[in-house]
Amino acid sequence: MLLRHTTKEIKERKSLTVNPAKTCQPIGAMYAALGIHGCLPHSHGSQGCCAYHRSTLTRHYREPVMAATSSFTEGASVFGGQANLVQAIDNIFTTYDPDLIAVHTTCLSETIGDDVNQIVNKAKKDGKIPEGKYVIHASTPSYVGSHVTGFANMAKSMALQFAKKSGTSNGKFNIVPGFVEPSDMAAIKEMVKTLGISPIMFPDTSNILNGPLTGKYTMYPKGGVSIEELKSTADSIGSIGLGPLASADAVRALDSQFKVPCQVLDLPIGLLATDRFIDALRSAAGVSVPDSITRERGRLLDVISDMHHHLYGKRVALAGDPDQLIPLTEFLMTLGMKPVHIVTGTPGKAFAKRIKEITARLGDEVKVKGPGDMYTLHQWIKNEPVDLLIANTYGKYIARDDDIPYVRFGFPILDRIGHTYFPTVGYRGGIRLLEQILNALMDRMDRDAPEEKFELVM
Amino acid sequence: MSSISVLKAREKQIFTKGEEAPFEMSCDTKSLAGAVSQRACVFCGSRVVLYPIADALHLIHGPIGCASYTWDIRGALSSGPQLHRMSFSTDLSETDIIYGGEQKLQQALLELIDQYTPKAAFIYCTCIVGIIGDDVDAVCRQVEEETGIPVIPVHSEGFKGTKKDGYRAACDALFNLIRRNPAPAPLPRSINILGEFNIGGETWIIKKYYEAMGINVVSVITGDGRVDEVMQAGNAALNVVQCSGSVTHLAQKMEEEYGIPFIRVSYFGIEDTSDALYRVAEFFKDSPRIMEKTRDLVKNEVNKVIPYLETVKKDLEGKKAALYVGGAFKAFSLIKALKTIGMEVILAGSQTGTREDYEILKEMCNQGTVILDDANPLELAKYVMEKDADLFIGGVKERPIAYKLGIGFCDHNHERKIPLVGFEGMENFAREVHETVTSPVWDLVPRRAAKKSSPPAGKEKAYDTP
Repeated sequence: MLLRHTTKEIKERKSLTVNPAKTCQPIGAMYAALGIHGCLPHSHGSQGCCAYHRSTLTRHYREPVMAATSSFTEGASVFGGQANLVQAIDNIFTTYDPDLIAVHTTCLSETIGDDVNQIVNKAKKDGKIPEGKYVIHASTPSYVGSHVTGFANMAKSMALQFAKKSGTSNGKFNIVPGFVEPSDMAAIKEMVKTLGISPIMFPDTSNILNGPLTGKYTMYPKGGVSIEELKSTADSIGSIGLGPLASADAVRALDSQFKVPCQVLDLPIGLLATDRFIDALRSAAGVSVPDSITRERGRLLDVISDMHHHLYGKRVALAGDPDQLIPLTEFLMTLGMKPVHIVTGTPGKAFAKRIKEITARLGDEVKVKGPGDMYTLHQWIKNEPVDLLIANTYGKYIARDDDIPYVRFGFPILDRIGHTYFPTVGYRGGIRLLEQILNALMDRMDRDAPEEKFELVM
Repeated sequence: MSSISVLKAREKQIFTKGEEAPFEMSCDTKSLAGAVSQRACVFCGSRVVLYPIADALHLIHGPIGCASYTWDIRGALSSGPQLHRMSFSTDLSETDIIYGGEQKLQQALLELIDQYTPKAAFIYCTCIVGIIGDDVDAVCRQVEEETGIPVIPVHSEGFKGTKKDGYRAACDALFNLIRRNPAPAPLPRSINILGEFNIGGETWIIKKYYEAMGINVVSVITGDGRVDEVMQAGNAALNVVQCSGSVTHLAQKMEEEYGIPFIRVSYFGIEDTSDALYRVAEFFKDSPRIMEKTRDLVKNEVNKVIPYLETVKKDLEGKKAALYVGGAFKAFSLIKALKTIGMEVILAGSQTGTREDYEILKEMCNQGTVILDDANPLELAKYVMEKDADLFIGGVKERPIAYKLGIGFCDHNHERKIPLVGFEGMENFAREVHETVTSPVWDLVPRRAAKKSSPPAGKEKAYDTP
């Protein structure tokens, strides 16, 4: 019993988070920045933040993750981090020669009040930013929001600090994919292209954090959105932000500043959310849905019907990020399952409201908390058991303790592979999710089946 | 091969043995701003040292990140309580930053102590707590008074120095606990094992040896640690220090305060493990049976592992290894252990080595070995390729770099689950190195595949220069 310390008795906690279901802003900003080609993320704070974020991203993606740090000292904390950042910019361009540096703040640099915009301007004035190179920045205090907020802030900075209206339409669509896997980003791009639309997707970590083994170490792999594309986002026909928390800020900023009309949709996880995504693309671009996509939808529906009797009425507990959990909950409802305990660490009132709407037909059976933590989820499960747990890697403790079939989903996943290669978005992604859910449930059935009920065909 | 530029200010942190340049290793410095440093912060240092005390409460006072990233991150095993594996945080939000987090801290502490009745509580101060000026000491005093258990602040604000300063803060916290034993009564033939964290059960292996030698282990700091045991540490006759980087400060304090002498040892590799046990036996030479038992133990254990080591040596003879480890002391043992299985070290680097460490390293290494302090990934990739290494030994951030380059990897840091200390640890190490170095996967890496099928026509550029 690894988590023997989880008690069944639930007490209200106000000052304490136990076993968090979130992490902090800068890691989200670092991940987003890795989705620009030739970019070196830079953490403006003390060394530890950068090291922890790099370690966590390295463990999750199993790829080298590069980022620099301002290496704050006590002096910097008293006198401000300007000298550190200017020196950092100089050193980075000299040593690592990126096309751009994406600076994000930490709780430390935020609280001492460093004005990164002003510091970057000073670096520029001092000639520390070479011709044709760039420095962008986002404000990402760790004590506000979560890693999702950090992603959103960096995505917004990416667009706003590059976009320039030329007056000529580029005929493209901006797509902000949300804090999803590189495989999901590639899949989203593919769906958009299949509909005959050219996307500018930012950030885009596909081919950067799921790259091939070449025998070489490449500091800036061939992937990511280009600076030219980012500049061009103001000339696009429209924007779609997938996942309101991670992507709405970026597309809305382009809308208000450059009149690029935007839509904010749920992440295309599961059948209905993918329907909405495809439909939005179809009507925005005035195209018809190609047969290949309709066939994929039909296949997902086919698998659901083939297997619905294994899914019906099964109680599920979920932990993760709001943008993922909302369409996932909807998908589980589509499958006839009962998502009954739902927790996110990211603060925000809209989350619980959406979940309650989606699960309305289950009524009071559904418990939802945001912000909550994994400890709360575990306590709920102890009181009202479930048939399946869907959560990031940390869910494994709960799954083991209470012997629950378990599907890894979300961020981070430190102990399994697949997430960086096989998408869960779109109709095909829906089939993969379904496969994982069924495997978990049916492996358990096989394990527990008495001799006479052990079957070849299920 | 094209070269990468090395920052002027870093020139003195890289040295190649046998080159003309005088050896003046610059180290123990802060990383340059803008470096892609592999180093962490003060908090990290404190957290890793104190973490294995399993019946204590570890509460991280700060925004959530610091707690998230250190939740059950170190495989420090406990034979009993598992409280250390939980992640407790005050999860400071914006309003706490404005109005201060003292109240929240106090409330969190009282709630936790009430619920879990821990033997002691460690409160880690993160960057932000240092900046907003919470009086954590006062809160700790108050809660200690109210609850009657030791409530100890750990001043590990991230920006206050390097990871080493975090070790120091942890040592101060440990000493705070130790000195609460008002009248230490020295025990005969007794030691503390210091700087051993029970990664993959390593503490249990070492303890077993000492038991066989007839030595009493008073406390292990901090592997499989318990508050009561740590508090008895003042009763030991000798401190045996393994991870010297992290706990030498504590050993020194205990020498000053209690007159307990200390020796620095390593339990990695046959040579160093035997040496460690003999030196402890030598210290207790008044009890003659100890040396006798130690000789028997070493003889038996060595005989058990040698046959296996001989078999892997056949495959590994002449293969080249690159090391990049935390403390340099670890590197010394690794070099010897690699020699035992026929391998040669072509690069040795450390995150936190001292000048003296690097002097020793220089003496131990062959001509042409590159010695690095606080390296970045580009430098590591460059030298690994130039020297054509077959194996990289490092930590979590180095693993995918090694694999991308198409060479074997062995983790000698946090993520281990299999013990490496002692004689059986040497066997595990040899097995792991053998498995990774001789894996067929590397033959499929384009660089190596090309080398096999065509005669060498100058080295291929092994990394894309930025």
